[in-house]
Order: sequence, then C-alpha cells, then structure tokens
Amino acid sequence: MVDDALWQALASRLSDGRSSLLGLWGEASAVHMALYDDRNKSVVVATRDCPSGRYPSVARFHPPALRLERALRDLCGLTPVGLPDARGWLDHGRWGVTAPLGAAPAQSEQATATYSFLPAEGDGLHQIAVGPIHAGIIEPGHFRFTANGETIVRLEERLGYAHKGTEALMTGRTLAEAARLAGRVSGDSTVAYAYAFSRAVEAATGIAPPARAVWLRGLMAELERLANHLGDIGAICNDASFALMQANCAILRERVLRAASRCFGHRLMMDRIVPGGVTADLAPSGAEALRELIGAVEKAFPRLVDLYDNTASLQDRTVGAGRVGAALARQYAAGGYVGRASGRDFDARRDLAYPPYDALTFETPTLEDGDVDARVWIRIREVEQSLSLLVAILDQLPPGAVATPVPSEAGEGMALVEGFRGDVLVWLRLDGSGRIARCHLRDPSWMQWPLLEAAIEGNIVADFPLCNKSFNCAYSGCDL
Amino acid sequence: MRRTLFDSLANPILTEPLAKEQTDEIAALAGKLDAAARARLGRSLSIRQVDAGSCNGCELEINALANAFYDLERFGLRFVASPRHADVLLVTGPVTKNMREALLRAYEATPSPKWVVAAGGCACDGGYFAASYACIGGVEKAIPVDLRIPGCPPTPTALLNGLVALLTARPAAQSKQQSARDDRKIKSIT
Repeated sequence: MVDDALWQALASRLSDGRSSLLGLWGEASAVHMALYDDRNKSVVVATRDCPSGRYPSVARFHPPALRLERALRDLCGLTPVGLPDARGWLDHGRWGVTAPLGAAPAQSEQATATYSFLPAEGDGLHQIAVGPIHAGIIEPGHFRFTANGETIVRLEERLGYAHKGTEALMTGRTLAEAARLAGRVSGDSTVAYAYAFSRAVEAATGIAPPARAVWLRGLMAELERLANHLGDIGAICNDASFALMQANCAILRERVLRAASRCFGHRLMMDRIVPGGVTADLAPSGAEALRELIGAVEKAFPRLVDLYDNTASLQDRTVGAGRVGAALARQYAAGGYVGRASGRDFDARRDLAYPPYDALTFETPTLEDGDVDARVWIRIREVEQSLSLLVAILDQLPPGAVATPVPSEAGEGMALVEGFRGDVLVWLRLDGSGRIARCHLRDPSWMQWPLLEAAIEGNIVADFPLCNKSFNCAYSGCDL
Repeated sequence: MRRTLFDSLANPILTEPLAKEQTDEIAALAGKLDAAARARLGRSLSIRQVDAGSCNGCELEINALANAFYDLERFGLRFVASPRHADVLLVTGPVTKNMREALLRAYEATPSPKWVVAAGGCACDGGYFAASYACIGGVEKAIPVDLRIPGCPPTPTALLNGLVALLTARPAAQSKQQSARDDRKIKSIT
C-alpha cells in the first residue's frame, strides 16, 4: 500500500529507466502497479487506494502506461489525474454499461461520438483505414494509416474489438471455471495463460504442485512455443510472398500439434494446466511421439533455416524493415522476440526463474538490429532452444502424481510465465471460499503494440503485413 | 531452394483423405440447401472468415486447413479477402458487442445466395462468454446461421467436414450414391 508521494516516486523510477513497467490494473477502488527492477531482478507490486475514484496518472511521466490507464479507466471507472488522453480504449460505447468492474457500474446508452484519431497534417497526406475485419484469417483490430504516397508517416492502432469481459466473468467463479477462462484469453498462448494463472493461485494459497506436474507444464509450454514459432516463421515469409517456407513450416507446426494431441489429448493443450497440477498425464505413447517429433523437426528445420538465410529476395524484404530501436524496447519493457531482437535481454524463465526452468539449462538469444529479420532469427534460435529443452525435460521427467488439491484460502498471488510472445502476468485475489475475488491477466503484447506503431514509421504501406506478422501481437490477449 | 523443392517431389504426399464425421447438424443441412442454389455454386465455395471476438484458437485451426495435411483447396474451398467475393461467412467468436456492427456489415456485403457457418463453441452459443456484458452470445443472435461446427476449438477435420457438407449436402435419397462418387473423387485427388 503506497501513498501519493511513493506512487509518484515509482512513476519517476519508471520514467528514468531504473524500473520497467510490468503491469497496471485496477479494482473498484484501488490501482495496482507491478514493476521490475532490472538490476536486482526483482518484482514489486504497489497498491494505491482510490476511495475518491482518482489517482495520479503514471502515463503522464511514463508513456508505456498510457493504454493500460485508458483500459483501467474503461473497466474500473477510476480517473488517472493528468492522463494526456481522454479517449476510451476497450470501451467503444457499445456495452450498455460503463465501468463494469467499478464500484458502481452504470447503464449507458450506445455512444454516438466517433473516435478521433490523432491528427497528421501536411501536403499530400492521405489516410487509409483498415479493419476491424482484415483480409486474412486473423483477429479483429483497426489500423489507421496516414501515408505520403507509399510511405507511412503515422500508424495508429485501435483495439478492443475482441473485448469479451473476461476479467468480469472470472470474478466470483470457482478456480476450475476461472482456469478455463484464463486459457481462453489468447488461444495461441493457452498453455502460458493457464500456467501463469495456476502459478498465481499456488502463490496465493502457498501450495506446490507435484514434481511431475511441474515438469509436464514445462513440456507443454515448450511445445506451445515451438508450434507458434514454427507457424510464425512460415507466416512472416509468406507475407513476403515466399510461400515455400510457409508450406514447409506449416507441416512442422501440424506435426507439433498432432504430437501434442497424442501426448495430452488436445492439439493446443487447452485446459491441461490447472491450479494444483495438470489434468492430463503424458499418454503412454507420448514420450515416443515427442522423440519422433523432435527427430523430424531437427531433420527438416536446419534446411529451412538455410533456405531463409540464402534467399536474397526474401532477405531483401526482411532486413532493415520495421526497425525498433533498443531504447524504445527498453522503455516499453517489451518482452519476447520483440524485445530480444532489439537488445532487451529479459526472459521470465531465467530472470524470475520458476520450476522446472530453475533446473534446466538454456540460452536466451538476443540481437541488436531490431528489424523483421532479427525477429525471425530470434524465433529460429528459440525453436532450437525449445527442442533441446524438450529433450532435457523428457530425460528428467520424474514419476509420481500430477495434481494436488488446492485449499480454499484467501490470499493474493502473482505469477509471470514466459509465453511464446513474452511474459504473461497474472495477478489474483482469492476470497477464501475457493473463488476468484479479482483476477487480472496482462498479455505481453500490451508492451509490443505501441512499438509496432513506431517500427512502421517510414516504411511503405505494402510492408505493413510483413512488419505486423513479425510482431504477431495478440488482439484477444490485450482486449480481454 | 532447389533441394527443398526436389525433396518435396521425392517425399510422399502428406495430404490425407478426409475422415468423415457426419453430425446431425450436417445431415439437417441437406434440407436447407435447395438444388437451385447448389447448381449456381457448382462445386466450389468462396469463404470469408470473420473473427467476431474469438480467442484466436479457432483461427489457428482454420489456418491449419491450408497446410499440406488438410489442403482444403482440393475440395473447391478457398478463402477470399472480401465478403463481396464470398458465398460463405465462416464466423468465430461469441460476437462481442464491439464487433457486432462489423459482422452485420460483412453479412450485408456478402451477395446472395449466402450461407453462414458458426465455427467453435463461442460462435455456436457464446460458449464460456455467453453471460458477459460485452458479448451478445453467439452468431445466431446477430445473423441467421446455417451450420454450426462445435469444438473448442473445432479440429481441422471437423471444420473440413462441415465445409465439405455445404458442397455435398443434398436430399437424402440421392446422398448415398453421390457420396460414394465424392469419395472416389477425393481418393483420386489424394
């Protein structure tokens, strides 16, 4: 619990770069802020009471908090005093209710006011509006480009279209129900979310899952990372019209999903990780299926990497496109391949080590270039790391039970889990009867979406799909 | 690159025959599609996918339909970039209130005759999000639905069965003979 002076001091720690912002979320009459101290590798959560419904804005000093504060205002009705942006973020004026997580949700009429995008003025500028429905099979979101001929001068994102009210639905639910919702915040990261949620519950209740469950969780998390990175590498190349990579990577991705299905009974491994352990032990033929899979990927993948590296027409598109500077990546505390491709060396598995990763050896690749090419290479290196982690986990998988009962205790807990996009943060409070009092889930893409706006500046419109895919930010994950 | 291309010639074909999963829903579809509409469509369907607020799990499996194992284009099915080019809207998600208008506009932009397929538990009835203030709870609450493909997410096989049913659904009397012919066709392609 902090007062105004300390809250401001924390905000200035963020703005002068001594701490990184991990999350900022609210309740009916309190705001919470999670900070990461890069030097001590430690996490602090500060809570400020807001009986008056107001708190001093953090974004005023530290721009990365901007969208988090706009979302917090939409959901909880708390006013960030001094926030330099009065527009809503998740609330498009269509819910029929305002501040659904606030102290007094009020009925509201459908808003008729149009959303005003930030202006860009000058000779020969024109706007291109894209979305919320896009040409491909992807999630909904709106992009407003201002271009001068082919060159983009400004991109502004507008999200919130996939807002499903997940956090409100979680309130008052049992742990089992809430775990299923957590696994559906972002389908491609279902393992990471269920993992982070379960670890947060375990932190709140002070229990530890059995050793076998811990290792099986690591196994699922690496399978998920492998599947997504393989899919992304192919899809990025496809957006540079190089379909051969896409075709071959999609085969490998499908093999991973099939192996996951054989091991755990679900292609995406949804609902397999729950508080207290896992619901599915590795199937009897699972280890064999995984070793076959690892063999198949290890055989095919190096040749695809060569293909990527030696195709000049493809490199011509990816090298130098969509560059993110190291200073921005650090300021926004961007996780995953977006941060690592721009020199931010952070990996929750290593820096906030949790089991089983505290007993495993792996490398976190980083690069300095910050372009599309660097984000592809980070993924390539992480595929290799995940393959060796899978082997190590299979070799050391301990026997025994896979779940332990969770007591109905009140408490607060937080966990960070490294998903394929970066660190997923889950904070929650339990009410003592085995139900959720409040749960907040923060997707890594909150810190990555704003960087896409910066990365695209000065690129041509036709390179946007390529740059966007290299970020592959979550829509549903941020919209909640 | 040459090696990769030669390898794909030398390696066995990965594409699998469609594992038939006949659901009640698919059987009921036969009655809904009239002969005239089918004649107009021929044996091909253009599909516009609309994400009405899914968690992206359904999109992952829909994207998988294009991989070498499922290869949906062999059935005459293809994804198009605009609803104006589409015969079918393939909708996922519980239909968030923030996406409802976009979905309605996409539906209105789709020329008739048109069909709507609700893919995934959320699209069928709102799924885990049915009770939310932010969702209307299923595609049917916004636009008429012709086919539901359940699953969280539906597997590529389930999706493919549903979509192929749109092409092959026909009155019961003809169906046996025709589906035997279809099987042969599929086998000859694979």
